This record gives sequence, structure tokens and C-alpha cells, in this order.
Amino acid sequence: MATTATPEQVETKVFDAIASFGPDRSEVTREATLESLDIDSLDLAELSQIIEEEYGVSLKGSDVAEIKTVGDAVDLVVSRAA
Amino acid sequence: MKDVVVTGVGAVTPLGVGARTLHERWTAGACGVQDGEAPSSDFEPTDFLSTKEVRRSDRFSQFALAACQEALAEAGWNGEPPYPPERTGCVMGTGIGGIGTLEEAHVTLRDRGAANVPPLAVPLMMSNAGAAALSMRYDLRGPTYGIVSACAAGAHAIGDAVRMVQAGDADVMVTGGSEAALTPLAYAAFAALDATSQTGVSRPFDARRDGFVMGEGAGVLVLESADGARDRGARILATIRGYGATSDAFHLTAPDSDGDGAAAAITAALNDADLEPGDVDYVNAHGTSTPLNDRSETLAIKRALGEHAHEVPVSSTKSAIGHLLGAAGAVEAIATILALRDRVAPPTLGWEEAEEDLDLDYVPEKARPLSVAEDRAPIGISNSFGFGGHNAVLVLEAA
Repeated sequence: MATTATPEQVETKVFDAIASFGPDRSEVTREATLESLDIDSLDLAELSQIIEEEYGVSLKGSDVAEIKTVGDAVDLVVSRAA
Repeated sequence: MKDVVVTGVGAVTPLGVGARTLHERWTAGACGVQDGEAPSSDFEPTDFLSTKEVRRSDRFSQFALAACQEALAEAGWNGEPPYPPERTGCVMGTGIGGIGTLEEAHVTLRDRGAANVPPLAVPLMMSNAGAAALSMRYDLRGPTYGIVSACAAGAHAIGDAVRMVQAGDADVMVTGGSEAALTPLAYAAFAALDATSQTGVSRPFDARRDGFVMGEGAGVLVLESADGARDRGARILATIRGYGATSDAFHLTAPDSDGDGAAAAITAALNDADLEPGDVDYVNAHGTSTPLNDRSETLAIKRALGEHAHEVPVSSTKSAIGHLLGAAGAVEAIATILALRDRVAPPTLGWEEAEEDLDLDYVPEKARPLSVAEDRAPIGISNSFGFGGHNAVLVLEAA
């Protein structure tokens, strides 16, 4: 079930998800690139699943391909969930 | 054909982390079976792997990675690989692959729907995941794949790796087997077959044996040509003198009751090694503790070795660590190599009561020095047989 989320809540959710994939939580910032955090396509598939379950937002492959930084991911989810 | 030698070994077993730990504890009479199962309880994935690597691997691959780290370190492979990466291959056996991952994914499918099935399910459960994990972590760019032949997989992997070095497909092979099947489905399924012990005791060749005790772990070996090993100054642990593989073509789970297929594999391995039955100083049996295997294997050893079968010590590693399924052949090859190097026959723990016709020297109670001719190195064979009628035998010679 989709829930209404504030941008801050989305940011926390995305940061937590990415940190659970391996990087240290302190390294996960809006500016950090996915490459620098060693986040790859499999991690993004997991992130998409988490986001879809939480917010009912479906992130397709073409959307995900545009994501370069953690902030890009947060902004994409926020824009879709609005 | 090129002589293929072993320059590193590594293991994770119910007796602990490390190949020497297995050898020393088994030889001392320690048993890793507890409450009817043999888990590798001492293994902590984060001792070897990053958070990311742990998430990206089923437990069977984690065992392989830890055993591989130990084997490569012994082979002098820290940092720079000793051969070009594209000349470095990896063949890893498993009986089932990532069954723990499969079971968890199925629970998710059932309880939370298809949309929540993890994207990592397939890459973690696939039976080649162990080989793939080693390839990625250690930059092994030669031929790399998994081998699946139930409880013979570890021995088949080593045999294939030997042939690849001999054929020139690779200069060095990282090989072995791994298994992590202490899961509810695996327990239930093996129990439904009456394959596992109701009493929870692994006592191969004993009259009271009533099935195998399931264990988990991995064994990894580094194989290369003897010339290559000498050229780079590597310490040689053993030579893989021979390999023989046959099939029973008899029954899906039961071994051929006459032991014909297994005997043929032993004979083929000895022929490959250019050795006679009388040259064998020690037999590391498949010895599962099932009524059928231990009877047919005893017959097979007698058929293949003739009169010498009654003179050679025969013991089963599974008495100490249970049955590691697709890892068993690799772990037991390592146990055999280390036993031969120390000139010792480790015991078949728990063997007390003889059964008619099961009349070989099963090394009861405690380890015993191997009697070996003065003028040569000790030679042993390691038997592995799998559901499906797969037989694989290795002839090993201590360096």
C-alpha cells in the first residue's frame, strides 16, 4: 500500500536501503555517486523493490539508468510519489 | 601427460575453519556431529567477506570463498597471481547449490507475492555461484564453471581440473566443492528418502549404521603442473596421480549392489596413475554410514584391490564431519593428502560392531601410523559416489 511521504522520509528510506547494501552509512550522502559507493544494477533492482513496496512507485530500468547520485534516486522517488 | 600437483589447500568443515584444523582434529578423534547434524559453527562470514560480499553470496559460496582464501595463501598467491589471469581457471562442485536462498525466496513468493521475490535469488542459488564468486574475487579469467554430480561433485571437479591442466586449457586451477544444505527442505527431503540417520549418529561401516548425518562446508585446492610449481618455487603438497570416473547406470539413488561401477572407477584411477592395487597405502572411503553405500563400497574396494583390500587401512572422514554432499569429495581429498603427508590413517570414529562381509580394516577407535615402503611416498585413494550412480576416484601421492 502506498503511503504519502515527505522528501525527508524518502531520503531516509533511500539512504537506509543503500547503506544496507554494503556501504558505511556515513558515506551515504545526497552527493555521493552510486559508483563511489559500489552500488550496481543488482542493488538498484533491490532498491526499486523496496521503493515500490513502500511508496507504490515503480522505477523502470530506463529511470534507474539516469540515476548517478544518491540524491538523483531520492529526487526521482519524490517526484513520482508526489 | 603432465604431472599435476597440489600447492594449496583450504577447508571449512564442522571441525572448524582450516584444512589443518580438519586433519588434526579428525586424527585426534574429534567429532563435529552435534544433535544429529554437522554444522560448520565456527565459520563467521564477516571474518572473510565484506558486507556486500556476504549479501551477494549464498552460504555455500561463502564457504568456498573462505576455503579459497586459505588455499591461495598457502599456494603463495597473496596479491599477485602466479600465472596470467586468463590462464587461471576454476571448477567447483556442489550437490545442490544455494538451496537456503531458494527456500527463503519461495517463502517470500508465498507470503509476499511475486513482486517481492529478491533479484539476488537466481544469482545466489545457481549451482555455478561458488565458481563465479571465486572467479570475481580472485580475478580468475580462464575456464570457470560449476560441476553438479550430487555427492561426487567435489571429486569430479578436481578430476576435471586435473585434465584441464594436463590438456593445457589452464596453467593453474582453483577447484573443489562446497555445500550448505542444512535447511528445512533438504532435511525433510533426505529424511523422506530414508537416507539420513534416525539416530543422528554417523558410524560408517558399523553394523548399527542407519543413514548419513548431513554436514556443510567446503574444500578448495590449487592445482598446477609440477613443472610450473617448481619453476615458481611453490611448495608441493601432493601429486594427483590418477583420476577415474564411471557410472552405475543402475538406480536413481541406490548404488549398484555388486559395487561394479565403483570398483571400475577405482581401477580406472589406478590405471591412470600407472599403479597396482598393492601400491595403495590408504583408502579414504566414501563411507556415508548408509546401509547400502558402506556394503557396496566394501565390495567395490575388494573387487578393485583384490587381496590387498584386507591389508590396507580404510577410513571415512564422514565419521568425524558427517556428509558434506557436493563438498565431500574435495574436503576428503584434502583430508587424504594431509593424512598421507603425516603418514597417518585417521580413524573411522564410532566403528564398534562388525557386520558380515564388512570385514576390511576400518581403522577403529584411533588414528594409526601408515605403513609405507621406505623407498617411496605414501599413496592413497579417495572415493566419492553420488546419487544418480556417479563414481569418482582420485589417486593421491604425498610430496
